[in-house]
Amino acid sequence: MAAVTEGADVLLPQGDVITVDLAHSTVRELNAALHAPDAAERASTWLVTSPEGKHSLACGLDAELTVEIAGHAGYYCAGMNQRATVTVDGNVGVGVAENMMSGSVHVRGSASQAAGATAHGGLLVVEGDAAARCGISMKGVDIVVGGSVGHMSAFMGQAGRLVVCGDAGEALGDSLYEARLYVRGSVKSLGADCVEKEVRTEHLDELAALLLRAGRDEDPADFRRYGSARRLYHFAVDNAY
Amino acid sequence: MCGIVGLHLREPALHPRLGELLTGMLSQVCERGPDSAGVAVYGDPRMSPPELMSVSLLPQGRSAEQVTEAVAAALPAGTAVTSFDGGQTVVVHAATDADALRGAVRIALPAAVVVGYGEDIAVLKGVGHPRVLAEEIGLVAAQGWQGVAHTRMATESAVTPEGSHPFSVGPGQCLVHNGSFANHATIRRELRADGVEFDSDNDSEVGARFVAQQLAQGADLEKALRLLCERFDGFYTLLVSTRDSFAVVRDAIACKPAIVAETPQWVAMASEYRALAGLPGVETARIFEPEPEQVYVWRR
Repeated sequence: MAAVTEGADVLLPQGDVITVDLAHSTVRELNAALHAPDAAERASTWLVTSPEGKHSLACGLDAELTVEIAGHAGYYCAGMNQRATVTVDGNVGVGVAENMMSGSVHVRGSASQAAGATAHGGLLVVEGDAAARCGISMKGVDIVVGGSVGHMSAFMGQAGRLVVCGDAGEALGDSLYEARLYVRGSVKSLGADCVEKEVRTEHLDELAALLLRAGRDEDPADFRRYGSARRLYHFAVDNAY
Repeated sequence: MCGIVGLHLREPALHPRLGELLTGMLSQVCERGPDSAGVAVYGDPRMSPPELMSVSLLPQGRSAEQVTEAVAAALPAGTAVTSFDGGQTVVVHAATDADALRGAVRIALPAAVVVGYGEDIAVLKGVGHPRVLAEEIGLVAAQGWQGVAHTRMATESAVTPEGSHPFSVGPGQCLVHNGSFANHATIRRELRADGVEFDSDNDSEVGARFVAQQLAQGADLEKALRLLCERFDGFYTLLVSTRDSFAVVRDAIACKPAIVAETPQWVAMASEYRALAGLPGVETARIFEPEPEQVYVWRR
């Protein structure tokens, strides 16, 4: 912590908000400050300015922190998040909130590939579009995308929910295990073993709750549900080459 | 991993700033390719004077003066030859056609490797850190309507100036690649059987030779890149330019990054957003990631 604050005027508290200007501080200094044991006590909000698409912002957090990134972030923003609430007022690069365990990550712009990859828990909201492989190998995270998602989204998803308010690209839910997928718009194509499923009352209820948590006003009745046909769980000789 | 940046300026008032903007973009992708780098600049009056043919070459130890004298001696008497010293690359200029100037280079400097030719285009590349190369080239002072830069992390062939990008193997053409082609050896053999010669073992050069062959046979850039998608296996994000076009295409999986930003003043493409963050007006640009196997072409 000492190494972070010494000489770094930008880290001095400004009321309840601590501003870290990445035009003057390094990403390593930012993340070290956010990892410090007293980070949550020092400020109600950590404001990150001049992110300019830098990588690995607010990674590996494990405290009830509120972090706001004022601009576009690069790769792996808020990766491995636990408990923290991270908001990005811009676009994010590859792998936002990858392997998130808990907490929430909210992107006001669009996300690049592999948003929420392998994430176990928490809520990822992308207001714009998410590119290819959104929710790849998701393991329990909830992802709500206000726009559309790219090809191979939820590939090998194992648990969690993916809500797409726009359209889905090719091969949605390829080799899916148990994640539940909701899409409001069109689906370009379904991946291997992904099928459309009946929307029952419990699905409308969980979808309504997810949309509410994500701050969206879409009608759950407009969505269709997709999931695993469970035909790839066991070896079938017809699938052998 | 490699880094790509490219800038196509629609607004003539920005042409004097091409080199400054491209240098800023290049400096953000150095980590993606620290072993070698290269640029193609369209329309700089020092690097490729208007009305003259330009040939960019790796002089294999000769100075720019030696290159200029040797090439002048191989051309008809009285043909004025000038040059631009780009560090590891030299660009020679003369009022002649491409075949004559390339022929003179071949006679005067048999060991030299031609890395680009055409009107209004200079291709400057080499090994070393991209930032050092940009300084050697004097990129920051470059002007023009279009520029492309590449930082290389070699995976498929040796770290040599010949193996660096861009690959400029047809008139005014330029190709940079992030990724690796899986079936390049097969296509190289096919192209060789058609009489195509290669300068390196680089897989990306095969892509450039393929595109050049298609263009020479009459395809437009969009068609040539569609055919490339059909014929090539592997991973690729490609930025391909000609004197009047600027095109982007990605493979079907699209795992190699690409981001495009477009404003009424310019079109820019980069491996990562941070390379676009310093462009004037980027905050209101239309920003998107190119779809897999979709060819995007912008024209002057």
